Amino acid sequence: MKFRTYHEVTGSDASAIGPQVGRQLQRIEERLARVGLLVGVMSGKGGVGKTYVTAALALALGERGLRVGVLDADLAAPTVARVLGGSGPVAVDEEGVHPATGRAGVRVFSTDLLLEEDAPLRWHEPDSARFVWRGTLEAGALREFLSDVVWGDLDLLLIDLPPGTDRLQDIAELAPGVAGVVAVTIPSEESRRAVGRAMRAAREAGLNLLGVVENMSDYACPGCGARTSLFPGDAGNTLAAEFGVPLIARIPFTPTGCPSLPVGDLARLTGLLHPGAP
Amino acid sequence: MKFLCVDCDTRMEFAERAVPGDGTFAAAFCCPACGRTIALLANPMETRLVEALGVQIGGRTLDEQPLELVRSTLVGRDDAFVEADPAGEPARGSVQWSGEALDRLARVPNFVRGMVKRMYADYARERSIATITPEVMDRARSDLGLEGM
Repeated sequence: MKFRTYHEVTGSDASAIGPQVGRQLQRIEERLARVGLLVGVMSGKGGVGKTYVTAALALALGERGLRVGVLDADLAAPTVARVLGGSGPVAVDEEGVHPATGRAGVRVFSTDLLLEEDAPLRWHEPDSARFVWRGTLEAGALREFLSDVVWGDLDLLLIDLPPGTDRLQDIAELAPGVAGVVAVTIPSEESRRAVGRAMRAAREAGLNLLGVVENMSDYACPGCGARTSLFPGDAGNTLAAEFGVPLIARIPFTPTGCPSLPVGDLARLTGLLHPGAP
Repeated sequence: MKFLCVDCDTRMEFAERAVPGDGTFAAAFCCPACGRTIALLANPMETRLVEALGVQIGGRTLDEQPLELVRSTLVGRDDAFVEADPAGEPARGSVQWSGEALDRLARVPNFVRGMVKRMYADYARERSIATITPEVMDRARSDLGLEGM
């Protein structure tokens, strides 16, 4: 039996998978056209306070009158919606799914709004070979969070990325207009190595490195005000020098939870992310 | 993906799709020259792979719904999504659509689909039905005289 090739058989492909995927990307582009700046917040390491830095930045800018949104790309361990005070249920209409509104008017969308309390991320799926499509489903969910959430007009949309490098390539491909990523580290050598690898992966994915934020740089004694280092190392400065990007903030440890950015650091960060912001 | 009727050397045309059960996905293709029909049967794993891409074999008959993939595949709260009021806030007495109901709605001709959707939604809201399922649609068709929709 002799077969012709796909392209030799004339006429359209009824499934048109390629155009369907193209339409998905077009929807993202249309949705993000109303977003002034799209910035990822990343880290190669868990527990460095990336979510708190994202929330602190969103709140600080929201309180200064900017229209800020936060997309929680950490699908399996979503926390930022609660930190920002956003809660479900979420409203749906023909325009899309409306994000929750948190403190300072920050709009936020996260799997935390969709999952049962304390339930792990799970998908309806056959019982075997789940590894085959789980990554695809997660990338698909991120795609829909970008294309189907009614972000509205935003000055800044922050993407709170999960630890590691899994989602960096997804963001680079789904949202080619992303301005760049901010890397969060703590001072330790272990963090420097992990975050350095992630920054390298981000650069290889074509993402612009905007700078480094060093979290938990030190701790101020509430009694005498004396500042003490929490971790040995100088990862913030080292990474900034290695990658030729600014160290845009050094944030002290805040035992009460969400840190507030020092005014000088906030000004640098704000200026970097949104020139001309109040 | 194209299907070729080898006897006629003609590209077969998409006819219909169905989800007959156990996760199987079925799509029928018909030869326009000789009328021969074949069915593509995808096993549950293959079906899930296609769904995970957010695409439909045979092409889309209904525009992609908001968070369609997430809403049909994520194991989440039953009350995670509610209809929006005009301000985009969660509305009182809102109704949701099950995935099966949306599949059925997709088979309604495009030019009346919006009207039919509103009629089902109004029917459910008036009876305090939280989720529209195929069973609810059957009842509504009978009660409202919507046979054929």
